Amino acid sequence: MEETPVDFLSIPVSTGTTILACAYRTGVVLAADSRTSTGAYVANRASDKITQICDNVWMCRSGSAADTQNVAAYVKRMVEEHAMERNGTGFRENESNDRAMMVDVRVVAKLTQKIAYENKEKLQAGMIIAGWDRVRGPQVYGIPLGGSMLEAPFSVSGSGSAYIYGYLDNTYKENMEREECEKWMTEAISLAIARDASSGGVIRLVTIHENGCEKQCVLPKDHKVCDGELEQVATTTTAMV
Amino acid sequence: MSGIGTGYDLSTTTYSPDGKVFQVEYACKAVENGGLAIGCKCKDGVVVAVEKLVQSKMLVPGTNKRIHAVSKHAGMAGTGLVPDVRTVVDRAREEAANYLSFYGDAIPANVLADRMAHYYHLFTLYWSVRPFGASVILATKDSNGYHMYVLEPSGECHKMNGCAIGKNKAAAKTEIEKLKFGEVLAKDCVKELARVIYKIHDEKDKDFECELGWICEDSKGEFRRVPKEVADEAIALAKAALEEDDDMDDA
Repeated sequence: MEETPVDFLSIPVSTGTTILACAYRTGVVLAADSRTSTGAYVANRASDKITQICDNVWMCRSGSAADTQNVAAYVKRMVEEHAMERNGTGFRENESNDRAMMVDVRVVAKLTQKIAYENKEKLQAGMIIAGWDRVRGPQVYGIPLGGSMLEAPFSVSGSGSAYIYGYLDNTYKENMEREECEKWMTEAISLAIARDASSGGVIRLVTIHENGCEKQCVLPKDHKVCDGELEQVATTTTAMV
Repeated sequence: MSGIGTGYDLSTTTYSPDGKVFQVEYACKAVENGGLAIGCKCKDGVVVAVEKLVQSKMLVPGTNKRIHAVSKHAGMAGTGLVPDVRTVVDRAREEAANYLSFYGDAIPANVLADRMAHYYHLFTLYWSVRPFGASVILATKDSNGYHMYVLEPSGECHKMNGCAIGKNKAAAKTEIEKLKFGEVLAKDCVKELARVIYKIHDEKDKDFECELGWICEDSKGEFRRVPKEVADEAIALAKAALEEDDDMDDA
């Protein structure tokens, strides 16, 4: 079939993506690019592929945007229900209730895996669950296409991941400090963005640790310049009078 | 006052005018006809003990247990109507297994206790069912440490440091209150509980067996019966203490 200019209307929206999560000494960092594509068309250049599941656990989504958004919504609902049963009316025994929605990362990963596995024929979803909890500390779980679950020090997924596996394996260090880990991951994503046509836009980061979580955004002008690439020119807009 | 014989005690679906559900209270009476069951929270675990009244000399010793494992990290000691205890234990096993397969992790103590209390409570709401004539002590370990809960026929559930249910529970409570909860070690607590069981046992009653169970560091965090050597030692000490008491009385 010959492609017509409007073919993207019939192609599913997918997050042709680079997502990455890594545990550092006292927490975890999740990173993602921000391109959502429909075939060759960029449907959204500033999308957010890192979704919050509860206070201490976030999910990186890759694959079909529709599938992963819905899996995330289901998981979120189940986790909320579980948190209420487990932590009671906001109190976990002998703890203050300021983190009532703290859930074991493993439980969130298991629930996600269950959905991914039981619907493997229908879903196009590769996810990474990462977070911090009091019992097991920082954790990263990869849940790839078939619905398996792998705990690992770091996990990558999405179309862009193929271009950076070697880089990650060669430069990964155990027990990194937070800044070092964030820098390493930003660099990895910018390398993927440079080579992968369906990864692009800004780099989003979420860092989770004992005291909560923070979001960051690295604009294209601040990305690492890759081999032979032209440096991004910072543009200024002048208001029209 | 409305009490027995006024028609308010036939079903759990009707309150008496002063707000009682008599069937639930009768169920509690049924529990008090069973042997004594006691438990204590220790520094390194939880220990439970049951006075199993032996109905016949022909029964094979060491059978018809009152202490049951629910999962690797939970166990129950029950008293009252024995078949009711078994039904409750079965349900607890189901809950523990379900939770494990759904969430991929061992069931937390408070979740298991809450779910079991809910199960108990269901049987106080419909005319077509009878409340359980059984109480259980739930001993568990989870990521927050060791815990002990007591479940009653009404569906009440309490987290306890020390507890006594069944026959002569009031007398047993005064004994258990003397223990140093959370400080005593499980291996020492076994002796204390055996002593209480022997001391409280009513000589009018038939023969009995002292059953002991624990979940502690010595059992590697798993719910187990107390090993035979440890249990035998505790029971021997309990018997000796009892004789000493008798001699004192005689003197």
